[in-house]
Amino acid sequence: MSVIFQTWPWYVSGFLIGMVMLSLIYFGKNFGMSTNLQSLCSMTGLGKRIEYFDFDWKANRWNLLVVLGAMAGGFVAVHFMSDPSNVDINPKTIAQLAQMGIDAPNGKLMPQALFGEQVWQSPKSILILLVGGVLIGFGTRYAGGCTSGHAISGLSNLQLPSLKAVIGFFIGGLIMAHFLLPLLF
Amino acid sequence: MNVLKYFFVGFLFGIVLTKSEAVSWYRIYEMFQFQSFHMYGIIGVAVATGVIGIQIIKRYNIKDIDGLPIEIQEKPKDNARYWIGGISFGLGWALVGSCPGPIFILIGAGFMPVIIVLIGALIGTVIYGALKSKLPH
Repeated sequence: MSVIFQTWPWYVSGFLIGMVMLSLIYFGKNFGMSTNLQSLCSMTGLGKRIEYFDFDWKANRWNLLVVLGAMAGGFVAVHFMSDPSNVDINPKTIAQLAQMGIDAPNGKLMPQALFGEQVWQSPKSILILLVGGVLIGFGTRYAGGCTSGHAISGLSNLQLPSLKAVIGFFIGGLIMAHFLLPLLF
Repeated sequence: MNVLKYFFVGFLFGIVLTKSEAVSWYRIYEMFQFQSFHMYGIIGVAVATGVIGIQIIKRYNIKDIDGLPIEIQEKPKDNARYWIGGISFGLGWALVGSCPGPIFILIGAGFMPVIIVLIGALIGTVIYGALKSKLPH
């Protein structure tokens, strides 16, 4: 049973994520998480003012159900399937993070420095999380997909546009991780 | 079962992404520092599984659950949107460590500060929607 509580190996996880995508294709749908951002905006009635949100979001309700399921899955995995051995990252990574004042995982998924309850009192932390979110929302909708829509679904269907997007993801990610994060922390 | 199947697929997705730690800020940082194979292995095997599955679907003309032919949409053959949008998403991904799926998974798991990321993502979506006609694609 202990294998369930440990970090799931990449080959098991990757295979299951591939099967999640294939299941949705078999259901006549597609695998894309960032579309839900567009649906959530459309639900507020923004479609009356902005054409991009003027579509029948109810046709995407199935995807919002996937999101609800994913939220429940996250809850179950964190509360009932965790183990102190989790998030065993490279010691070099931990040392680098320490230099920036970011705490080591010690079994937890998210650093306190960015996601602890104290962020609600820190305008800087709130701004970082907000700006990160804006970049994610703007970028994924501009590119027409995120890790699920482009990196997994698009590359699986051998789409050249998705390869461009994924290379873009990595250019942005490398710039942030190597040059900008050290300036922020 | 008709709609519940979507919930169950999402449930599996949430568990796998959490237990593989693909939702972890640490794993994303470690990936962009090239200090672990873990994330590359996950994405690589997911794509390999997908490529094989989609090839099987195409070769054997497999029908979907309702008996309809499976058509997988091609991505528009644009350029600028993939580079600019892609880089923008990459910057955000490495900053807050989550892509859209994990944003929801982490909120479900109880990491409340991620709600700020979600609010930001919705604002970013509105900005794109408002500027869409003026942006190069």
